[in-house]
Amino acid sequence: MSRQSLSIALSGSGGSGVMTCGSMLLEAAGKAGWYGIMTRSAGPQIRGGEAAALLRVSNEPLESHDDSFDLVLALDPGSLGRFVAEIPLRDDSVIICDMAGGRRNATLPETAAREIDLPMKKMAKAVKGGRPNMIALGVLARVIGLPESSINRILDKALKSKGPDALEASRACVKEGFIAAVDLPAFTGPPIVAVPDGERWSITGNEAAGLGAVRGGVRFVAAYPITPATEVLEWLATSLPKLGGVLVQAEDELASINQIIGASFGGKPSLTATSGPGLALMTESIGLSVCAEVPVVVLDVMRCGPSTGIATKNEQTDLNIALNGLHGDAPHLVLAPTSLTDCIFTTQWAVHLAEAMQAPAIVLSDQSLGQTRAIVNAPADIAFLAKREVPEPGEEKLQGETYQRYAIGATGVSPMTIPGQPGGQYTADGLEHTEAGAPSSLYADHLAQLDKRSNKITGFNYGEHWADIDGTGDTMVITWGSACGPVREALTRLRAHGADIKMLAIRLLAPERPEDMSAALEGIKRILIVEQSHSKQFYRYLRAAYDLPGEVRVFNRPGPLAFKPGEIIEQLADWCGGDKS
Amino acid sequence: MTDNTRNPTQLIGTTEELLAYSLALEEEAVERFTELAEQMEVHNNHEVADLFYKLAEIEGKHVENVRRASRGKELPNLLAWEFDWIDQGESPEGGFLEDAHYLMQPWHAIELAKQGEQRAVAFFKHVANNATDKEVEKMARELVAEEQEHVELLEQWQERFPKPDDDWDDDLDPPTILE
Amino acid sequence: MTNATTGTGLKAREYKSGIKPVWCPGCGDFTVLGSLTKALSGLQIAPENVAIISGIGCSSRMPTYLSTYGFHGVHGRALALATGLKVARPDLTVIATGGDGDGFSIGGNHFLHTCRRNPDMTYIVMDNQVYGMTKGQASPTTEPNWEKGKLTPSGTGINPFQPLVIALASGANFIARCSSSDQNGTARTIVEAIRHPGFSLVQVLSPCVTFRPEQRDWKKLVQPAPVEATSDPARAARRLLTDKGLFTGVLFKGNRPPYQPLLEPGIDNIAELDEEFRL
Repeated sequence: MSRQSLSIALSGSGGSGVMTCGSMLLEAAGKAGWYGIMTRSAGPQIRGGEAAALLRVSNEPLESHDDSFDLVLALDPGSLGRFVAEIPLRDDSVIICDMAGGRRNATLPETAAREIDLPMKKMAKAVKGGRPNMIALGVLARVIGLPESSINRILDKALKSKGPDALEASRACVKEGFIAAVDLPAFTGPPIVAVPDGERWSITGNEAAGLGAVRGGVRFVAAYPITPATEVLEWLATSLPKLGGVLVQAEDELASINQIIGASFGGKPSLTATSGPGLALMTESIGLSVCAEVPVVVLDVMRCGPSTGIATKNEQTDLNIALNGLHGDAPHLVLAPTSLTDCIFTTQWAVHLAEAMQAPAIVLSDQSLGQTRAIVNAPADIAFLAKREVPEPGEEKLQGETYQRYAIGATGVSPMTIPGQPGGQYTADGLEHTEAGAPSSLYADHLAQLDKRSNKITGFNYGEHWADIDGTGDTMVITWGSACGPVREALTRLRAHGADIKMLAIRLLAPERPEDMSAALEGIKRILIVEQSHSKQFYRYLRAAYDLPGEVRVFNRPGPLAFKPGEIIEQLADWCGGDKS
Repeated sequence: MTDNTRNPTQLIGTTEELLAYSLALEEEAVERFTELAEQMEVHNNHEVADLFYKLAEIEGKHVENVRRASRGKELPNLLAWEFDWIDQGESPEGGFLEDAHYLMQPWHAIELAKQGEQRAVAFFKHVANNATDKEVEKMARELVAEEQEHVELLEQWQERFPKPDDDWDDDLDPPTILE
Repeated sequence: MTNATTGTGLKAREYKSGIKPVWCPGCGDFTVLGSLTKALSGLQIAPENVAIISGIGCSSRMPTYLSTYGFHGVHGRALALATGLKVARPDLTVIATGGDGDGFSIGGNHFLHTCRRNPDMTYIVMDNQVYGMTKGQASPTTEPNWEKGKLTPSGTGINPFQPLVIALASGANFIARCSSSDQNGTARTIVEAIRHPGFSLVQVLSPCVTFRPEQRDWKKLVQPAPVEATSDPARAARRLLTDKGLFTGVLFKGNRPPYQPLLEPGIDNIAELDEEFRL
């Protein structure tokens, strides 16, 4: 069964409830057996601004929006204008709009799509306590072929707390919407195949990262709110106490990074989540984590920079600072999830790696991965857990004159005592030190400890997880983070038409994996690099770290405009030949 | 600061208590001179470091003497800040840490030790003069004599070293920046 | 409790690591090191259950010189490190140490918020009103007309930071001032600070003999505050109005409960968290 999908955009303004409508529609789609994704876009106002919910549903798992939208529902004509660039339309797209109300004299943006006026506000007024967004929900459900019963199930759940009157009003509105939509053009939705309850999840990338963190063993989080990472922290704030963990709201990012270093020194696997501005503030102390060899995980949900940039929109431009932002020679781990659900695995793996190597790990998620909600197959729980090498009580290492906290050893990972362990006392230090942890300014000690900290990370066996590699052929697309989604869909389409293309999605960005990379690049003659960055940060990183064979092409652009699968197909067209539709 | 208003006779009513004071005083002196010796070592003033180690060794012998005198007696268990040293919070004998200087000379070191012994003399004199218990007074007088002897020994020792010039603390280099 | 000097149990010197301090001879920090070891010995806490946390500066070298667990972190963040450790490990005795620059300038924000948060730990600030490790610049507690700071040759011209006032206003639960010239008195106050629940600030006037040699006179100038500690913030505030910075003793002992989230799991199996995502 091939992929069939429908893309739907809802826009509104002034607190009209399009996000709620979109969320309910997505969940209903999930209940009905579809996969789906939903992203949000909004104006700068905290309340009352223009808002758009962008949905796509399919009979197969989704990781990207489509090239264009099939259907737009606008609760007022003015609200759509802000989102024209994000909602590309075709000639055969349909816009359903309530032309009354909203901003004065507002009109729909100029498009070739078919426009249908539907007085949803007036219809809602006819229902006691009725709301236009619930009319819209009914309309959309009917138009895309979702049964009214699936919508009612969602309403029951969502409005339980609001009382029977609210539920009744919403049900009535949905019914009105269904009736009104009978006369509207219907779309052929993906085939509906029922799935048992619980087999599918509804989750955002930010929630996924939080889940990965606690699955990995994180029990202490310090947090300072920042868009678009706040939802990770909010999820952890309520989830950690259930596990005997804790989230502390810190006074700033300098405090949150240092609090997690302190907690980890105390033996608790620890994490903080932030975005670019916060990461910039934390870099000095991430260096402390390197030098003192105290593991921490810093999740950076990237957004458009520099400075405050565009805080609510996606970009992949913290790569440079994550890789190179620490002063001194400071070996550390940098990872990036390769999909929304991979936020679970990559964060969990990062906790495992940080703890195993007693080093900081920076996980580069991004706004697109973090704030997209998706209906996905229930993800497996991979058994990567935090396991720190700790000397056993009474072990010989503790019997000597002084415990050698920073003993060089064979792997560079030295057993780390936890406060409370008798005989294991030492001072963790950001000063360069001897093997026993005493401050030292000698060349020999500096060199030995630099080697130790470098060797433990470069010599670790990362296995196959360093990257997701699929496909065959001598053409390769190399990408990372949220750019992986549209690339995967593009390649799926091209392969369906016989093209032979390999894809490399890098999960482990630091340390570099030269041998693995050479193997992956074996026989490659053409490379397309895809990244959301104006200055080609990812391309420059690849050039610096690896030998890239053959012809290399870069498809880059800054945020917030997301990549569309069709754009990537265009980039590959002359390399693939054949039908590129 | 320790409360100055109390009369030490209220604290030292028995010879056991007096011995506890004496022991604490000598033990603190060992600690203090060792600490000063280490400071001088770190700052490459080895001559004075050796001298402080020597003083620590001598005080160590005094500790042994007090322990011998205490044999068979149960001394009260006092915390460092529960001792009342009359005119300061610190036990008198060890010399004050703030009087140390990395360029100090043997003469200074002995001066510092001598002042400590002088303070010890004053302390035990005070105890003796205010004692209500005959035994306490007797033992305190013995301790005064003993400490006085130490003062004299140190005076003789000090004479072997020239009194430093006024510019003894000149450093030809500026301070080092560490962090 | 046993005798810190002569009694049984762990002696003060057993809380020293044996690493020799790099401080200048005459520095008040030596005395504070002695006070701290005497206090720990007085409390007879096993060294492995104590963590001394610091930032950067002369006095922040303290952890290295102790036989306890220690963390010598980055400049200004000692209280954040210590808070993380204490919240994660409430069983430990956590003591932050440092200087006036580390604590009140670069670390000023953490100072405010740690007072507010009130975790059960003790902060010993060795205040010498100067940056010693960078060669004698004015610090937040330096008087405005001190003209020997190389970055402020005409004096700072700005009001000194008042740690006790700020601590009281921000909610610290125990506030005291000591002088390094009184090692035993400082030790006693540190014991009291450690025992008092919540965040305890112990400011110790600790002379810098290299850059502020005139501070040797502090020994003669300090005097015990004429009144006992109060639990009434308003009374403590009134006392601070007439305080010239040289009164020693415990100023304030509050009764705010310390910040300490419970660390007890509410569910048996982490897989229960999956339920909220299931459709």
